[in-house]
Amino acid sequence: MTVNEIKNGIVLDHITAGKGMEIYNLLGLDKLDCQIALIKNALSRKMGKKDIIKIDADIDINTDIIGYVDPDITVNVIKDGKNVEKKTIDLPERLENVLVCKNPRCISATEQELPHIFTLSDRENRVYRCLYCEAQAKD
Amino acid sequence: MRSLIDIATLTVAEIDELIATADDIIANPEKYAHKCAGKKLATLFFEPSTRTRLSFEAAMYELGGNVLGFSEANSSSAAKGESVADTAKTVSCYADIIAMRHPKEGAPLVASMNASIPVINAGDGGHNHPTQTLADLLTIHREKGRFDNLTVGLCGDLKFGRTVHSLITALRRYKGIKFVLISPNELKLPDYVKASLEKEGFPYIETTDLEEVMPELDILYMTRVQQERFFNEEEYLRLKDSYILTPEKLTTAKSDLSILHPLPRVNEISVAIDKDPRACYFKQVLYGKFMRMALILKLLEVE
Ligand SMILES: [Zn+2]
Repeated sequence: MTVNEIKNGIVLDHITAGKGMEIYNLLGLDKLDCQIALIKNALSRKMGKKDIIKIDADIDINTDIIGYVDPDITVNVIKDGKNVEKKTIDLPERLENVLVCKNPRCISATEQELPHIFTLSDRENRVYRCLYCEAQAKD
Repeated sequence: MRSLIDIATLTVAEIDELIATADDIIANPEKYAHKCAGKKLATLFFEPSTRTRLSFEAAMYELGGNVLGFSEANSSSAAKGESVADTAKTVSCYADIIAMRHPKEGAPLVASMNASIPVINAGDGGHNHPTQTLADLLTIHREKGRFDNLTVGLCGDLKFGRTVHSLITALRRYKGIKFVLISPNELKLPDYVKASLEKEGFPYIETTDLEEVMPELDILYMTRVQQERFFNEEEYLRLKDSYILTPEKLTTAKSDLSILHPLPRVNEISVAIDKDPRACYFKQVLYGKFMRMALILKLLEVE
């Protein structure tokens, strides 16, 4: 299967197979007018299977969200058909308005206008905790 | 400008400094009687906690300062829909420091992020209560003269007992501390707290039997076992007496054991023990006031 190469835009590569749609939704890509290709189960030498997202527009994307869902993704920035930047992503230290605290006793559950902030408390086990109540983030 | 929301944010050096100040206040109260003259403490109690509020108010009065605030059963401004952030900004115009009690976890942190004056967390639901831990620490230090090389028994509800979790957080920074965790199986210390102790190579033992470990203890920190924490009444009735401290259970204890309790107690320490020199829980209340005085001085940067 071939998808035309893009001229100016972003390619999210090495997405864990099956996670492409989740990334697509979390980044709000459905709201964009440009061409977007979501390729599922592409063959990968490194991973066997992977998902890829190609966005034919030079947009800012929230790499924190990507880092949280799948820190192994690489982000390629394409300018004039050339790959000008290849970014690997770290687990973000802080997530703002990505996750919502599920603890009903948390102040963020009562006061709707507060930003939902989570911080990385255990890098090894990828544990995030709510800034306010320290409850562990759950999917 | 700093706030105190979580005991873990205080360094060992800062705790030492607070204890040194509290010791000096106890030795020379007149030296401190006017330190906060002209300053105001706002006690914002969105849920009632008479003893904590009185301790803060007494602390501020003994420093020569003034107190204003409210204590509500169903939170006055919150009931009108005012956010914690707005309350904090408003009160910053009237007072020099805030002590906030709130039923919602994290509310004092939100206040500290929005206030232009220091905020002290006076208890946020089942989450943090750092000034209780400061009271516990001063009590241990006054009684033992040190924080290292102690065997600390924590007895009762170790699952939901926030004072226990905070005390562990504070004490695990010292050398030679051994924790003895005494609770019914239903109320054991949460796995994530135990995991962090294991990760740091901290020795601890877990048991359901208080009497068995009594001879080892230097400190015994009692907490209440509440009936509503149990799945069935039968279990509660079977277990409740094993976590009530009586003179009989103390017969094998060390002569210099220190018995602490965050209070209020219901029946988990028999009143017959109150006269025992090892009972420290009323001194602990007094020390709580001195630590709040030391903390107010530190946060207001009063020399
Ligand atoms: Zn929360």
